Formats: sequence, C-alpha cells, structure tokens
Amino acid sequence: MIGLNHYLAVAAILFTIGVLGIFLNRRNVILMLMAIELILLAVNINLVAFSAYLGDLTGQVLAMFVLTVAAAEAAIGLAILVIFFRRRGSIAVDDVNRMHG
Amino acid sequence: MIATIAFYLFATLTIASAIAVIFARNPVHSVLWLILAFFNAAGLMLLMGAEFIAMLLVIVYVGAVAVLFLFVVMMLDIDFASLRSGFTKNLPFGILIALVLMAEILIAVSAWKAGPAMSGRHISATAQPNIVAFGQLLYSRYLLPFEIAGLILLVAMIGAIVLTHRKRGDLRTPNASRQIRRRPGDAIKLAQPGVGEGMKL
Repeated sequence: MIGLNHYLAVAAILFTIGVLGIFLNRRNVILMLMAIELILLAVNINLVAFSAYLGDLTGQVLAMFVLTVAAAEAAIGLAILVIFFRRRGSIAVDDVNRMHG
Repeated sequence: MIATIAFYLFATLTIASAIAVIFARNPVHSVLWLILAFFNAAGLMLLMGAEFIAMLLVIVYVGAVAVLFLFVVMMLDIDFASLRSGFTKNLPFGILIALVLMAEILIAVSAWKAGPAMSGRHISATAQPNIVAFGQLLYSRYLLPFEIAGLILLVAMIGAIVLTHRKRGDLRTPNASRQIRRRPGDAIKLAQPGVGEGMKL
C-alpha cells in the first residue's frame, strides 16, 4: 500500500537532485534555473501529498500559488539571462561581479 | 495493485529524468528530460487525487515554462562545452552535500509524526469532484491570494517585456507628426534660372 511516506521520499530525492544540479552546474545559469524548477516540483509534490493525506484542499491551493510564482520566476530569470547574454556574449555566471551597469 | 505499480513507475521515471536533467551534456536534452519529469510528476499527483493540479502542471510547466526554456536555449548562441569546465571538479563536493542533505531530510521525515488533531485522518471520499471543491475554495476563502497571484503574473509579464525590449536603429518608421507639420512653403520652391545656368539645389 502506497502511503504518505512514499511520496515524501520521492519529493526528498527530487529536492536533493535539484540542489545537486545547482552545485554541479555552477557556471550554466540555464541549468541552474532548471534545477530550481525541480526543487519547486519537489515542494509541490510534498504539498499535494500532505493535502491528500489530511483530506484538506488548502495544500493544493498553495501548490497552485507555488506554480504561479515558479512560472513568473522562470520568465523573469530567462529575460535577465537574455539581456546578460546580449551584453557579455556568454552566460558564464562565475564572473558576474564584473557587471558594472 | 495497479496503483502500486503506477506509483513505482511514475516515481522511478520522475527521479531518473530529473537525474538526466542535471547530467545531460546538451541543454536541449535537459529541457526535454525536464518535460518528461513534469509529465511523470503530474501522474504522481493524479494518483494522489489532485487532478486539477496535475493538469495545471502539464499546461503551465510543459506548455509554457519548458517551451520558454527551449526558446532561450535555442535562440542564444552559447558555447555550452566551456560552461561544463568545472563539472568534474565540483562533482565530489556536490555529491557530498547532496548526501548530507538527503540524510537530513530522511531523518526529519522519519522523526515526523502527525499531531493529535491530525493523526488517523485519511483521504475522505468526498462527494464533489476535486476541481469543484478546488474552485469553491479558490473563489471564496482564497480569493485575495488568487487575485494577487494574477498580479504577480502581470508584473512578471511586464518585467520580461521591459527587460528584453530594445529599440532597433535600422527600422524606417514614418514620423507622423513631422509629416503633418510639413507645409507647402517647406516643400516647394519657385525658381527662374537664367539661360545656361543650372538649378542650384
């Protein structure tokens, strides 16, 4: 029988993979953004699992708000990435401290 | 039985494609693995009875966010091979951090226990479908957060347009006010050149 703990384990593994992705691709912003999407997906799985377990729909409403913010964040992040690329010709982020205006 | 098999199928595929996202060499492949991960996560949510969130995940993530990623990856001419230079150097440390984090989360989850008010409550067989109950909750108790979520999306849209919009210098658009301001006196000149002299322009 599949219970709450199974879903929590999947979400935990997904969260860890997301954090690992941020650590491994320290220079590639696009992959970092994708790793952030994975982390938010893990959070959503957690929210929906607890919502189903408790029989309370509030968790699913919260998951929808997380989804909204994730979409907004992806749009803004990619827009910043595009103007960064136009200015620098590269998306290596380990030397962003040289971005003067 | 079939739910158990479906859970293990979706869970394995979600985790496997998430691993492929961060280890793929080609970013386009990463985005495609991300789409697979989202589809399987939507399957997991279907198993939990959250049909609306599952469909929202497919529409928003696969339909909008993943396509946005694909556009950006394909539009920008990026040398991705050079961006992977620190990959093997970061690998041992990253895996160490990941293992520590994983152990922490597992300890926290195994120590977690539902409070007395919540323990023993399980999914009640509701008479309403998921989406009806969801909509009633969203448009009554969570109306204000719902409106604010719409505002956040509006701000994100305007912000993305303002950030990436640029004036192009090579476009020849008509200047309407200059055309209207032009009078016959500016445009026509009456001249009577003498014989053998040219017209001075």
